[in-house]
Amino acid sequence: MSGPAPALEMRGITKQYPGVLANDDISLDVKQGEIHALLGENGAGKTTLMNILYGLVQPDAGEILVDGRAATIRQPSDAIALGIGMVHQHFMLIPVLSVADNVVLGQETMRGPVLLDMDAARRRISVLAEQLGFTGIDPSTRIEQLSVGQQQRIEILKAIYRGARVLILDEPTAVLTPQETTEMFTVFRRLRAEGTSIVFISHKLDEVLEIADRITVIRRGRVVGSRRPAETDQNELAEMMVGREVSLTVDRGESHPAEAVLDVKGLHALDDRRHEVVRGVDLEVRAGEILGIAGVAGNGQDELVEAIVGLRRPSAGTVTLAGHDITGLAARRTREAGVAYVPADRQRYGLVLRAPLTENLVLTSYHREPYSRGIVLNEAAIQATAARLIADFDIRTPSATVGAGTLSGGNQQKLIVAREFGEDVRLLILDQPTRGLDVGSVEFIHKQAIAKRDEGVAILLVSAELDEVLELSDRVAVMYRGQLVATFTAEEVRRETVGLLMATGQAAPLAADAAEGVA
Amino acid sequence: MTARQQAPGRLVALWRVAALPVLAILLALIVAAMVIIVADWATTGTVNLLLPVYAYANLLTGSFGDPGLWAKGNFNAIVNTFVASAPLVLGGLAIGLGFKGGLFNIGVAGQFLVGAFTAAVVGANLATAPMLVAMPVSLLAGVAAGALYAFIPGILKARTGAHEVVTTIMLNNVATLLLAWAVTDVVGDPTQSFPRTADIGNAALPVLFGRNFHLGIVIALLAVPIVAWLLNRTTTGFEIRTTGANPNAARYAGIRPVVIITLTMTLSGLLAGLAGSIQMLGVIGFYASGISASVGFDSITVALLGRTNPVGIMFAAFLFGAFRAGAPLMQINTSVPIEIIDIIQALIILFLTADVIIRTVFRLRAAKPGLEEMATVTRTWGEGVAR
Repeated sequence: MSGPAPALEMRGITKQYPGVLANDDISLDVKQGEIHALLGENGAGKTTLMNILYGLVQPDAGEILVDGRAATIRQPSDAIALGIGMVHQHFMLIPVLSVADNVVLGQETMRGPVLLDMDAARRRISVLAEQLGFTGIDPSTRIEQLSVGQQQRIEILKAIYRGARVLILDEPTAVLTPQETTEMFTVFRRLRAEGTSIVFISHKLDEVLEIADRITVIRRGRVVGSRRPAETDQNELAEMMVGREVSLTVDRGESHPAEAVLDVKGLHALDDRRHEVVRGVDLEVRAGEILGIAGVAGNGQDELVEAIVGLRRPSAGTVTLAGHDITGLAARRTREAGVAYVPADRQRYGLVLRAPLTENLVLTSYHREPYSRGIVLNEAAIQATAARLIADFDIRTPSATVGAGTLSGGNQQKLIVAREFGEDVRLLILDQPTRGLDVGSVEFIHKQAIAKRDEGVAILLVSAELDEVLELSDRVAVMYRGQLVATFTAEEVRRETVGLLMATGQAAPLAADAAEGVA
Repeated sequence: MTARQQAPGRLVALWRVAALPVLAILLALIVAAMVIIVADWATTGTVNLLLPVYAYANLLTGSFGDPGLWAKGNFNAIVNTFVASAPLVLGGLAIGLGFKGGLFNIGVAGQFLVGAFTAAVVGANLATAPMLVAMPVSLLAGVAAGALYAFIPGILKARTGAHEVVTTIMLNNVATLLLAWAVTDVVGDPTQSFPRTADIGNAALPVLFGRNFHLGIVIALLAVPIVAWLLNRTTTGFEIRTTGANPNAARYAGIRPVVIITLTMTLSGLLAGLAGSIQMLGVIGFYASGISASVGFDSITVALLGRTNPVGIMFAAFLFGAFRAGAPLMQINTSVPIEIIDIIQALIILFLTADVIIRTVFRLRAAKPGLEEMATVTRTWGEGVAR
């Protein structure tokens, strides 16, 4: 073989799960100092492959080579010893412990046989953080006091501290704001310059094109092909990923807004720590239009939505639905008035992961006919509806009775969408409807939303993805520190202005004329 | 799908659920056999490898009888097993229902005592009333008392987040001591030589069969399909299961966890009170301080062994009832003490909870994490209440 051996090589990896061939003869190599992106839809087998590499899952066939030598990885400690580090999508940090505690956990610096030497550990961590360009990290801060972006850096720091030369990041940007993503990429480039290899798992085409040296696309457990960013574009990658041509832009068509459905006036609400995070919101959504709320996560969007749907009692203000005052009504009464809601956190609020698909599909309607009469559930009606929704919304599942937790993220979201869109609704609230989903699922959900709008449903969209808000909305409002600081129509909205409003709450002096007051 | 295609799938599915409990029982019996051998060696100085076989054989005969006795129409052994199983069925259902709703009701012991006490007091007062009045009224009084006693930790959990394990353990002590006082100083029968309530007379559950196959056994058996139906076929059951599996999603769906948590705990206490009532009106006959509430704790093992499935709980309760009913014969014939049953029971719990042991010994695939019920037992205590 010519040239140096790749830092990491996987040959013919195959993994069969009951009913699913998760990895089918996958081969992949990562050179030293290379950022190699692994692109694929939800459920394509990316995570399985990386779990095999990290020793969390054993392959049925195939071999792994590190620096050209065959390696046996039976458990994560083997992987760590070989210099492979992993940053999971859901962080593996202990919130109540300090940064230093988390980083050294399992590899503590000792003073003698019993005593910890945390001072030395903290010094080492500070030096390392400096090298990686992580500024402003105090090793004695508790993890729970850090932002999501900072926590992710701690995960990276933890891996490097353990001597990782190959870093696997599973969808690292799914939880980050655009600014944090940009900063994360700076970190990647620095790591690459120092010779660290990075495997970057993603389904976001633009990010992959921006940061990767090479892109390998996986579909249904197989490698479809590899590309260099210069040789390809988003359309080709999307097609490789999904297996058919995908429309990356939304064909929104014309909207025909009618009477006002939702009317919110002077709404105030507190968050769980009793801080006022919604501070006087006025908004109106009309039948047959989509109002999108753009904003950096944590500016009161979630609390605003919860106050509207009856999961949080507003401290002031009114919510009116088609002329009826629904302020402070319980969640069930709000639903009965015609409000459906796709929550931001699908696993925490939207689904009962342990329960079968059938029950999840009637989670918000089980108490009504035909699904029950009196207190007796009508199993036949529930199953018929479930079968219909699974077919209509193309939910990929071996059966309707498996637990919702066994589905991929995209299919879990389709499950919620099927349930909420299927109802007889007047107002549909979509909170981060496509977070963490692949292009195919995003396209599907966007189309469904447009169809719902054209049926005359009023839609309130909240999303941290600015592109999503801009593409889907007939009107765009920007939320900043608990207030809607500006509202635009789809025609007059400009990306830069909205970005600036999201970040600062103020439009740049030149763009100020374009911004109306609060809606 | 045809029935023929379904059949193997069902068996596989059944084994998937039953493997862990069945293997836990098997392993517990093997380990207990070693304990029997060693304990015997320590007292007699000889090693008798066959002793466990004799002991288990006598245990079996003690709990089910033998063909010779059956031919003579003597089914006392098997009836005793039914009698011992009935309160365990109800207690197991009480714990299992709680687990489904995400609650660990350790208070079954206390609710059992309160139910038994109330049934005894009401029964003693109605001892001379017609049986068709005395018996159902006493029974319902005991049931209501158990439910009411569980309502307290239920509402505390729902309203304030007070952890039900802590409150029910405390309420168990409150029940024991309060009832001891009551039976000594308030409702005791002065004509008796020790503090106890008067005879229940006509309030006793009628014996239907054999020496003591009482109506309570039928009630316990009927409770199994009723609880299964409630949990799986009603909106209330849907709400209980949803709240237990994900209280946040329940709230999102418009279910009020405060109501459901209180209701689940109350229903659990209702079953525990029923267990106490049938034991009182079918077996004991009077309340005296110090009657055994071990049913409350055995029920936890039963519920875990039955994997919170009502039918599974019924089988687990019968196993334990058989152990309890058969143990005396084992002790008489082989001098292996009754306490070995407690050891077996403890070992079963150990192997169920530390299921890694079972999976390693029997090379089961670790496809699924252990008992989901254990999540309720070990759930983070700081979680508090879903508002």
